[in-house]
Amino acid sequence: MAKFYTKEHEWVEMAGAQATVGISEHAAHELGDITYVELPKIGKSVKQFDALAAIESVKAASDIYAPVSGKVAEVNQALDDAPELVNQGAESQGWICKLEGVNEAELGALMDAAAYDEYLKGL
Amino acid sequence: MEELKATPLRADHENLKALMAPFGGWLMPIQYSGIIAEHKWCREKAALFDICHMGEFLCKGDVVANGLENVFTFSVKSIPVGRSRYGFLLNDAGGVIDDLIVFRLAEDEVMIVVNAATTDNDFAVIRSRLKDPAALTDISARTGKVDLQGPLSREIMVRHFGAAIQDIPFFKFIKTSILGSDAIVSRTGYTGELGYEIFLPADKVAEFWRLLLEDPRVAPAGLGARDLLRLEMGYSLYGNDLDEQITPLTAGLSTFVNMNKEFVGKAALEREMEQGSFRMKVAFKVDSRRAPRHHYQILQEGDEVGVVTSGAFSPMLACGIGLGLVKPEAAALGTRLTIKQDRVEMEAQVVELPFYTGGSLRS
Repeated sequence: MAKFYTKEHEWVEMAGAQATVGISEHAAHELGDITYVELPKIGKSVKQFDALAAIESVKAASDIYAPVSGKVAEVNQALDDAPELVNQGAESQGWICKLEGVNEAELGALMDAAAYDEYLKGL
Repeated sequence: MEELKATPLRADHENLKALMAPFGGWLMPIQYSGIIAEHKWCREKAALFDICHMGEFLCKGDVVANGLENVFTFSVKSIPVGRSRYGFLLNDAGGVIDDLIVFRLAEDEVMIVVNAATTDNDFAVIRSRLKDPAALTDISARTGKVDLQGPLSREIMVRHFGAAIQDIPFFKFIKTSILGSDAIVSRTGYTGELGYEIFLPADKVAEFWRLLLEDPRVAPAGLGARDLLRLEMGYSLYGNDLDEQITPLTAGLSTFVNMNKEFVGKAALEREMEQGSFRMKVAFKVDSRRAPRHHYQILQEGDEVGVVTSGAFSPMLACGIGLGLVKPEAAALGTRLTIKQDRVEMEAQVVELPFYTGGSLRS
């Protein structure tokens, strides 16, 4: 299934009506060593582009915004003790959470991988 | 904007793919492989730091006759030759113009090592306080400085530069020859590990740096790792934890102030001792991995009591750590504090320094 990206460097991947969310490899690289991830509460409802979670690196603290609206169904608990998983694979084992009840129409406001690559080149 | 200065190692840093950023008017390496990996390397092996940005002055002549004895918060004349001492240059209000180390090179010669951003002002202030201003020379441009820090640093230095280094005690230094040039090897540092600060001619620094990096036990470390290492020890960083509005008493550094001698700022410190400090330095540990950061607010039971001056995630303690200035009533050990900035909020507790006690500093 295709992956989509936000201008704030989150990614979202759909599987049925469930979406897995994380930060992009590019964002993880820019942040440097990740030291803390504030995971959202399970059951929390978010609107597209609202603050969803927070992430800290040795350099900075940043918010993670919801790439699509939905309800938090699952969080990546492994990040509590090993936030460095985000550095090791921001778009694989370093996923942040899964959202359910997602409206796929909202993906239209995001970039696909090729468009995101172009976007990064322009930064 | 003033142009950034570069150290003699700039090309070496670029070859090592360092991330470079401005610091104190200089373009400096922040990280090479990664801040946490470099921090760990220093705690376990030996890390090499480019510290050429710091300033060095020579002061010649009798330290009482030329007036240097009364310039700093500590006595210079009582430093034995071959030893160094840490302390402060203060303004009239007792605020810290800089924190620095004085090396007693000879009976009639000292070297003063100061922070990069403050070098020019320090030189002007010290000079203005001397009876013999010509005694002071700024040798920063021709002096290079590299720090090798970590538990393996002694054996590495001995192997490459001779047995004389083996027995240098903490806060002592030797004058020696490195790569055919006069050098000073000092058993001091800013990391909490066994280590050396090496002063040598600026034009020899690159050769020295490359030679040490050939040793597989040595890896370069940037200012990012250096900041974590010093904060785990609770060492103050000028510009964050110390500045012209903060006195050494407020900063919890009275150990480095000798009230039995004269110095500029003494009257203000006497007043502060009499009346009590209106704020005090505090060290605190966060309950989670969240990092406090410079300028975050400190609250106690909902009331704002102070501000964070330095903060970071500590890899050794696996939690956030920080230093701050708070109202004296919030500074007692064990006090519960809340650290806050916008949406970020964390609970913390006042603790003793150093945060990290496992270092090889005095081994």
